[in-house]
Amino acid sequence: MKSLKQKKRIVDIISLIILTIGAVIMIFPFTWMFFTAFKDTPESVHTPPTWFPHNGWHPENFPKVFEMAPFGRYFINTVIVSVLHAVLTLLISIFAAYALSLLKFHGSSAVLMFFIATMMVPGEILIIQNYVTVAKIGWMDTYMGIIVPSLASGMYIYMLRETFMQVPIALHKAAKMDGCSDWRYLWRVLVPTSTSTLSTIGLLSFIGQWNSYLWPLMVTNHEEMRVLTLGLIRFNAGASTRINLQMAASLLVVLPIIVLFLIFRKKIIEGVASGGIKG
Amino acid sequence: MAASNKEYNTGNKNKLLKSVWREGKCWLYLLPALAVVAVFLVYPMIKTGRMAFYTKYNYIRDIGSGFGLKAFNYVLSDARFRQALINTLIILLVGLPVSMVLALGIALLINGRKKTYGIFQTIFFLPYVTSTIAIGVVFSAILHSEYGYLNYILSLFGIKGPSWLGDPKYSVWSLIIFYIWSGLAFKVIILLAGLKRIDPQLYKSAKIDGSKGWRTFRRITLPSLTPTFWMLSIVSVIYVFKIYNEVVALFGGSGPAEKAMTLTYYVYDMFYSRNQVNYAAAAAVIQFALILVVTIIQKVVTKRLTYY
Repeated sequence: MKSLKQKKRIVDIISLIILTIGAVIMIFPFTWMFFTAFKDTPESVHTPPTWFPHNGWHPENFPKVFEMAPFGRYFINTVIVSVLHAVLTLLISIFAAYALSLLKFHGSSAVLMFFIATMMVPGEILIIQNYVTVAKIGWMDTYMGIIVPSLASGMYIYMLRETFMQVPIALHKAAKMDGCSDWRYLWRVLVPTSTSTLSTIGLLSFIGQWNSYLWPLMVTNHEEMRVLTLGLIRFNAGASTRINLQMAASLLVVLPIIVLFLIFRKKIIEGVASGGIKG
Repeated sequence: MAASNKEYNTGNKNKLLKSVWREGKCWLYLLPALAVVAVFLVYPMIKTGRMAFYTKYNYIRDIGSGFGLKAFNYVLSDARFRQALINTLIILLVGLPVSMVLALGIALLINGRKKTYGIFQTIFFLPYVTSTIAIGVVFSAILHSEYGYLNYILSLFGIKGPSWLGDPKYSVWSLIIFYIWSGLAFKVIILLAGLKRIDPQLYKSAKIDGSKGWRTFRRITLPSLTPTFWMLSIVSVIYVFKIYNEVVALFGGSGPAEKAMTLTYYVYDMFYSRNQVNYAAAAAVIQFALILVVTIIQKVVTKRLTYY
């Protein structure tokens, strides 16, 4: 019995050691980025490399980055685009999920199947024609051009419909008896009882838009419409030997999302686990 | 008599109007979602499919003509597209299995922790939420041949590291290193969720039967996890067919001698930089066909798995 306990302890310690090594490998790029953002340029390209700043801390790297490229503008654009994307995705998904969950109509199950089928289409193959369409509508270099093509997600509509279905139908009947309209029922009953799923959808679509690169790259030409990820890649092409400034700029892109993640950790992980789409 | 008949008629009419209105209202609620999907998903799918078969195409005026395989012939014989296919294949055969096995091991270890479960889950998930572009930039510095950390660590073991990003021979391997690191997060989370769903009752009865350790793992954990593992493999295969951000962040382009070319990169480059729209469309159609095949295989096998 004792030896079994000891064996268990050894296995436990080995597992802890392996996981700790793995965790260090996962965390290392983040910490190195953070510290290097505060190094001076010679130290950031020094051989052998340093992890912790040796030549003092240089917070002036950040104002320098803002001087060299309009990162303030990129930041504001990214916030606007991400918030708009989250809000509009929520609105569109709420309406669609409502129609597909409570209201009965001809072809509702076919429409549901259709939305589920859209999940199988990779957005990457649509960029060619969508670029042409956005140009024709006149949405080049606009926030609408950046966000609208990805607003209707079969995934989110499906997730929300499942949540709405869990609200007892008796509640709907009772509300109708009291003269409550469908519209009011949606906003007074369904939405408030589904805040958990709604916040998950909002967070995931916010983060997705914040990190997106290819589509914003295609539909923006003007500097003042660019978002952070685009600004970062362009900035790096110009500051190729100034690793400290590159890391300061990267930190600007990553830090807000890390903070958001640490606050809403559970919600985000649950959301991804129940219907994530990236591999 | 006449009056009551009239009354009956209007009642019926009202009922009809009401049901029409009720149906119409549903479609009204669906309209925004359907409009976006129609304009930015269905239409471009059809249009791209058609574009790929044009033999002549005027990009500026968006007018095409003819029907043939000219664009496909061009794309399939293009060395750059072949490079994209080869890279995709290498990542599928090497990067994907390695990352699946690593993810499975990590998920099993984390699942066995009690106090530290949350901490490890959070740490391993971090690369999923953070921008691939930004972290890829960090990796491009870590992989730098002279002042990068990776070669420094290799030198501690007496190994002279190669020029990861500069030497075309190593392009796809650099990509794989970054792909494994950044893709681990999603896989670990999905597998952890799968492990959580296993009925604790199963473990209890196994214990009563005197089954322990390895046997329990083989008889209960692995079979119960199979559907999750399968679903995850498919999602991951599809993701490999679409890799793009990783390339741009690491190389700032398609790599030395374009050796880091991927399918999505090719489509984008053909369309956006070279204005060869119907070639880009043909490449996109091939990419979609490959993904579709994988999806269909998934559907078929999933049905079998649930039977079993």
